[in-house]
Amino acid sequence: MEITLKINGSEKKLSVEPRTLLVHAIRDAGLTGTHIGCDSSSCGVCTVVLDGKTAVKSCTMFAVQAEGHEITTIEGMAQGGQLHPLQQAFHDQHGLQCGYCTPGMIMAAHVLLQHNPNPTEEEIRFGLSGNLCRCTGYQNIVKAVQQAAEMLRQPSSAAADD
Amino acid sequence: MAVQTPNLEPKGIQGLGKAIKRKEDARFIVGKGNYLDDINLPGMLYMALVHSPYAHAKILNIDTSEALKIPGVKAVITAKDLAAAGLSWIPTLAGDKQMVLADGKVLYQHQEVAAVYAETRQAAADGAAAVQVEYEPLPVVVDPYKATAPDAPVLREDIKDQMSGAHGPRRHPNHIWTWEVGSKDETEKALAQSEVRIKQHMVYPRSHPAPLEPCGCIGDMNRATGRLTVYMTTQAPHAIRTVLSLVTKIPENNIRVISPDIGGGFGNKVPVYPGYVCAIVGSIVLGAPVKWVETRTENLTTTGFARDFHMDIEIGATKDGRVTAMKVYTLADHGAFDAAADPSKYPAGLFSICTGSYDFQKAYAQVEAVYTNKAPGGVAYRCSFRVTEASYLIERSMDVLAHELKMDPAELRLKNFIQPHQFPYPSALGWTYDSGDYEKTLKVALERIGYHELRKEQAEKRARGELMGIGISTFTEIVGAGPSKDFDILGIKMFDGAEIRVHPTGSAIVRAGTRHQGQGHETTWAQIVSEELGLDVDKIIVEEGDTDTAPYGLGTYASRSTPTAGGAMALAARRIREKAKKIAAHLLEVGENDVEWVDKKFQVKGVPGKSVTMNEVAFAAYTNPPPGLEPGLETTYYYDPPNLTFPHGAYVCVVDIDKGTGEVKVRRFVAIDDCGTIINPMIVEGQVHGGLTEGFAMAFMQEIAFDEQGNHLASNFTDYLLPTALETPKWETGHTVTPSPHHPIGAKGVGESPTVGSPAAFVNAVVDALAHLGVRHIDMPITREKVWRVLRSAGIDAF
Repeated sequence: MEITLKINGSEKKLSVEPRTLLVHAIRDAGLTGTHIGCDSSSCGVCTVVLDGKTAVKSCTMFAVQAEGHEITTIEGMAQGGQLHPLQQAFHDQHGLQCGYCTPGMIMAAHVLLQHNPNPTEEEIRFGLSGNLCRCTGYQNIVKAVQQAAEMLRQPSSAAADD
Repeated sequence: MAVQTPNLEPKGIQGLGKAIKRKEDARFIVGKGNYLDDINLPGMLYMALVHSPYAHAKILNIDTSEALKIPGVKAVITAKDLAAAGLSWIPTLAGDKQMVLADGKVLYQHQEVAAVYAETRQAAADGAAAVQVEYEPLPVVVDPYKATAPDAPVLREDIKDQMSGAHGPRRHPNHIWTWEVGSKDETEKALAQSEVRIKQHMVYPRSHPAPLEPCGCIGDMNRATGRLTVYMTTQAPHAIRTVLSLVTKIPENNIRVISPDIGGGFGNKVPVYPGYVCAIVGSIVLGAPVKWVETRTENLTTTGFARDFHMDIEIGATKDGRVTAMKVYTLADHGAFDAAADPSKYPAGLFSICTGSYDFQKAYAQVEAVYTNKAPGGVAYRCSFRVTEASYLIERSMDVLAHELKMDPAELRLKNFIQPHQFPYPSALGWTYDSGDYEKTLKVALERIGYHELRKEQAEKRARGELMGIGISTFTEIVGAGPSKDFDILGIKMFDGAEIRVHPTGSAIVRAGTRHQGQGHETTWAQIVSEELGLDVDKIIVEEGDTDTAPYGLGTYASRSTPTAGGAMALAARRIREKAKKIAAHLLEVGENDVEWVDKKFQVKGVPGKSVTMNEVAFAAYTNPPPGLEPGLETTYYYDPPNLTFPHGAYVCVVDIDKGTGEVKVRRFVAIDDCGTIINPMIVEGQVHGGLTEGFAMAFMQEIAFDEQGNHLASNFTDYLLPTALETPKWETGHTVTPSPHHPIGAKGVGESPTVGSPAAFVNAVVDALAHLGVRHIDMPITREKVWRVLRSAGIDAF
């Protein structure tokens, strides 16, 4: 069936089967930054943002269910050639190693910070507990989210000097 | 200040010891990594596999007719089709062979039975579901201790009459090999004469590396050129190319293996799996690219498991706590095929590092491997070939001994450490440890955590009926395989190559035969070259993973990259510097002997003002080379390390246990590592964090278990538990630095130390918390239920 998905602000016409998962539709549309890791909604590497405010594991949703919603993926985070503070902070704090969980982790953190702009470490750990990482042990991810929260609260320092 | 264009490159000369940020991050943080499943080729087909529901069964019939009727399905193959191409079985890295698709019978649940090729991934999945297979179930062997019983069902009928295998005699159809090291007689004699002896049985349970990116492969046979390109999630692309050539008889120059960005490996992506072979065969037969990406269930149930060592140890000591001898017997459950990824000479890997950091005069170890109805393996999961099992065994046992002697476990360790003056230290089981200062590292760790105050606190809490434990692990690793005199895989010696090409304008491309999966080689190799050549780190690009361009090397696993390819990189750079020196002399108009390398530039000896940079030399190498000197500035160096490296560390863990629920809370964990010279402290710390988390996972959560029928009980992430940010403790890290005397930059490797060293610290802490209740040992994973049962059976009141 033919559907139109609005991903990162641009409309994409896609031909999908009713059973096509949102993650496959996004990836088949050429946006391969959203990954697949478990098929059971456990790992979170496929996390995207729905309507700017809800983190969704895109393997738990059919593509057809996403019609009419705005989807943001990792590719939509940098704006105007400038990294999103979360992207900058993951780099600054060594919050990634193999990079496979990173897009989903950043999208989950993005929603977390919208709901709670100044989270405690415990709140960050709880907020990201739907996203697995096998490389970092999470400690630097937590630090990255703390740095991003700080940057977002003080927009003038949005891009830290490298 | 806001930047308009993200430019994340660290700038300038950035050599060893600099915590520069990673060059490779730039693509990953914007979703532009290039992992296997991100690659799509024109006309590409998709493959899905049919799996067995039984752990052991005869295959009576396979009916593919319904599958072939599904729109989009192009072909279905079974073992019969593979046999026609001579590919129904493939050799394993351990000298055994394994079925690609089930040949007459299945030997473990989820074993691959047929492969379906289709135009879409949905059609491939539908096709796989439509293949009808008729089975006749057979009795199963799950318990390795029952595998060699006289009446045990024969698993491997293909070799049931071969009473000798790749590693010596076999005493039963389900027995694979027996390997031993050390002097049994002398060890037994020393044990008999020891004043104190302890015996302990412990299991290192079956685990799975489970990187978040599953394994996958795209076979792409170009019929016009006869060239096969294989995209594969492999940690060892060159070894794969050679093995593919040997197995398929395609000339090696016509095979190109590309290992794209890898989403974690941890040893899972070292072996060759049936899915890879079927994707490649499919491409050859169908003349189109074929992609196979496994599901998480396929990953957990069929690809390389790790561990599954069932160990018995006996240690002798004097009454005042000096160890005398160690004897070990281990039963290794290898599953249905011996697909362990170990160097050829070492069927039990480097397990003989089990004497650890201690000065054992006598030791003997025997390992027996058996077949069971489980998936084949075992891989070195974030581990240098069974060093994880060995380290856990000795570090857990030292606590058992301390308990027996009523001695503080730190004091027992301090009393038995190999001393700095004893290096190079010949161990009782045949290794020559390069360097170490175990006492120093432990003392740093004890001070950092406040060990003596913690012991006081523990005594007070115990008096109040509260449960608190302190666990120590002072491990020694053995990594960097390895010297070609002892180490090979399928005959290929385990040296590694590095290539450096310095361009005229002072930038460079460097390549290595290793393949990073998050370890940061794109940054650390550049730092080594920046250090040795004085080039700006942002002008050095690092490339790995394409066998058409990278120099030969055996890949990244077993903490071998820095000890092998890191050495090759430094020596390649030094070879370039030797040539550069001649060019510098020409530019400075002095004799070569009058030139010295000072502050990362060439200067006339004793005349600091008269110097040239490597940038100037590079330009001259192409524009103004000295007469008679070969122009250009590039080289390839193959480094055959003279010895392995022996990183060590001291870890101390504090736990509190909830009497009501059995929950273990890790209150603190201090990890002091000594990996020799540190290239990038930020990356080393990141490796330690990740390794500790996997050690924590093994101690408390991860287990690949089976029921009595051989049903796999951990086939997805809701049953195979990985720690999230919520469970994972906060790590406190630190370092001592004892350089390796034989490595070109003194580095030893670090990626696996924390996975190797930490499980014993966790378990020792839990047992320490319960020791006064008579608890001497608890097997991993230490679940709440296990602790709860221990507490109830000890009569502890929940409140």
